Amino acid sequence: MHSSGQTLNGSEIFFECLRRENVEYIFGYPGGSLLKVYETLYDVEDIQHILVRHEQGATHMAEGYARATGKPGVVLVTSGPGATNTVTGIANAYMDSSPMVVFTGQVPSSLIGNDAFQEADIVGITRPITKHNFLVKDVKELAITIRKAFFLATNGRPGPVLVDMPKDILNASCVFQWPETVDIRGFKPTLKCHINQVQKAAHKIAKAKRPLLYIGGGVISAEASEELRKFAIQQNIPVTMTLQGLGAFPGNHPLSLGMLGMHGTYWANRAVNACDLLIAVGARFDDRVTGKVETFAPQAYKIHNDIDPTNVDKNIKVDLPIVGDAKHFLSSLIEEMPDAFENRESWLAQINQWREECPLTYTSDDNTLKTEFVIDEVSKQTKGNAVVVTDVGQHQMWTSQFYTFINPRSIITSGGLGTMGYGLPAAIGAAFGIKDRPVVLFCGDGGIMMNIQELVTAVHGKVPIKIFLINNSFLGMVRQWQELFHKEKYSFTDLGDSNPDFVKVAEAFGCKALKADNPATAREAIKEALAWNEGPVLVDFRVIKKDMVFPMVPAGGSISDMLLERLNPKTMV
Amino acid sequence: MKHIISVLVENKFGSLNRVAAMFSARGFNLESISIGETEDTEISRMTIVTRGEDQIISQVLKQLNRLVDTIKVTDLTRQPHVERELLLMTLKLSKPVQHEIFELINVFKGKVVDIKQKSITIEVIGSPDKINTTIDIFKPYGIKELARSGAVAIHRGE
Ligand SMILES: Cc1ncc(C[n+]2csc(CCOP(=O)(O)OP(=O)(O)O)c2C)c(N)n1
Ligand SMILES: [Mg+2]
Repeated sequence: MHSSGQTLNGSEIFFECLRRENVEYIFGYPGGSLLKVYETLYDVEDIQHILVRHEQGATHMAEGYARATGKPGVVLVTSGPGATNTVTGIANAYMDSSPMVVFTGQVPSSLIGNDAFQEADIVGITRPITKHNFLVKDVKELAITIRKAFFLATNGRPGPVLVDMPKDILNASCVFQWPETVDIRGFKPTLKCHINQVQKAAHKIAKAKRPLLYIGGGVISAEASEELRKFAIQQNIPVTMTLQGLGAFPGNHPLSLGMLGMHGTYWANRAVNACDLLIAVGARFDDRVTGKVETFAPQAYKIHNDIDPTNVDKNIKVDLPIVGDAKHFLSSLIEEMPDAFENRESWLAQINQWREECPLTYTSDDNTLKTEFVIDEVSKQTKGNAVVVTDVGQHQMWTSQFYTFINPRSIITSGGLGTMGYGLPAAIGAAFGIKDRPVVLFCGDGGIMMNIQELVTAVHGKVPIKIFLINNSFLGMVRQWQELFHKEKYSFTDLGDSNPDFVKVAEAFGCKALKADNPATAREAIKEALAWNEGPVLVDFRVIKKDMVFPMVPAGGSISDMLLERLNPKTMV
Repeated sequence: MKHIISVLVENKFGSLNRVAAMFSARGFNLESISIGETEDTEISRMTIVTRGEDQIISQVLKQLNRLVDTIKVTDLTRQPHVERELLLMTLKLSKPVQHEIFELINVFKGKVVDIKQKSITIEVIGSPDKINTTIDIFKPYGIKELARSGAVAIHRGE
């Protein structure tokens, strides 16, 4: 620990600043421009550096850590290729509003712009996918820049911030001054909601006969689940959640309708279609949620609370916009609600009728294994208490349907960007942050190969993640669209002939591996995996090849277009 | 509808790029953009001319505000403001029309900034509408080259 007033070099200042930002972990990979930083790191004991095997892995790990803990994830990579390898992970964190600070080494200041060895204009490249980014031009600016980066990443709507650090700056020295406060003239997020607007909302809500809460990831970022639970139960208002919002309200509560949207539940989508008042909190009317905007919640008076004013009236025109933090919104709403409100029993009864009409079910027999069974079984065995990470594809949507999320920060998934390869590193990052709950990953046989190298990181760090590989020998989600909308031309989605033996792959990495191909062996394998805590474990679930995720509202469609079963049942094998 | 937006930004490397890149990334129309220092050397003023329906313009304003380097965004369109653009234009000069050209320069309150045997360079200052008209009127005489500054604008004083 150094103190303000000491003369330090850029690398020492770097770690001193991270220390003051309470950073526990850095997910990083060294290189030429960072040699000085890694020299200093050699003697740093209070911050753990996790050596990844690809810089994309570092970004997803940092994001997994951030989403599990609420604290910003930190990435450290070298210039040029190290920096460009972080682009997908940064874009992912940007789309899903995850707090993250990415430090990139850069060629020496004097060489910038000369096409120097391992030079890339990473500030230019990441401008549209970061909340903000910086190029440090003077060692005296390093501390304040790092302070600002953490401040920006974690305040207002969270997001990734990048700091580019030229090699000469990391070697140069100056008197270290830790800025106790930070003030950025152009960054003053509105946290407190306008009270008149909240009163107006309260008034409308009390009079609504068929109200519905539409909850997004913003409620989880704002740590507002308690307020949501209190408000919904007190007012007897049903709650539907987006993929990122799952867990904000307990999925096992009768007022929970599960997820809405493209693969949402039948009853949640019917409720959206029929409600007379929609209260959107920390959600952004994404196209995967709304389908055709003209027919989305057509009868509803729409109230929209979001911390980011650009989200308001972007995709859909709302009647009552309320900019501010979700926690502030919900807590002031609770205060402002009049004592008397409409009776909602018939509305809830109607929703329950829809629930019974078309429940989420699957058939199962002793010899075939289905993804739905695996997820359902994991949900039961973990009692909904796991931190669940997914990759992207069919297994991701089934996770939203068949895992019962009870607590916030329980689902970690790539929603906005839909990044295959996200799951494995994100699970590792989450497990560094959360030690008292099991971290389970559902990943496809396609996606696991996109960052399989990080299995080394998990094995080496003895990270006890449960990798539940949903192996359907297909790029299942693409196959589903091919079956439904592209004349059953299964163009380049059959992985059956080319997939490796995943058990052998895992074992070669030093990872415990199991295999299951029927419900009985699957149940046992899940039990064994959950009991194993000495490192990662992979279970290769050989599920049926041609299963489909339903319900499905086709892209750009309306609730009336919702598909509930296969168009051509003969295609089922 | 056309909107003229005044933006105060931190006078920092990359600020202009951030604004321009945001316009292209979000598919907003950008008719002109001009930037220069203000009375405070740490702050620059940008004047942006864009077009769009109200819903789009409201997104433009919000997205501009969201940029961290942005200090203040004002849509001047419906407020009292002064708007000016500078035009520099080189015209062909020939004896038969010489007289007419000089007369027109007077009409538009233009200034001659350079004159050669066969060409004349003039400057005209005015609202973008006036600049458009100027160009239309001079076109038949043969415009060799022209440059427009893009609009700059400011609130009218109290
Ligand atoms: C990086 C990336 N490339 C391509 C896609 C398009 N894509 C979406 S889902 C999917 C199939 C995923 O297959 P798999 O990982 O086996 O999961 P499954 O759908 O079978 O559960 C593909 C290719 C994507 N989302 N991300
Ligand atoms: Mg698959």
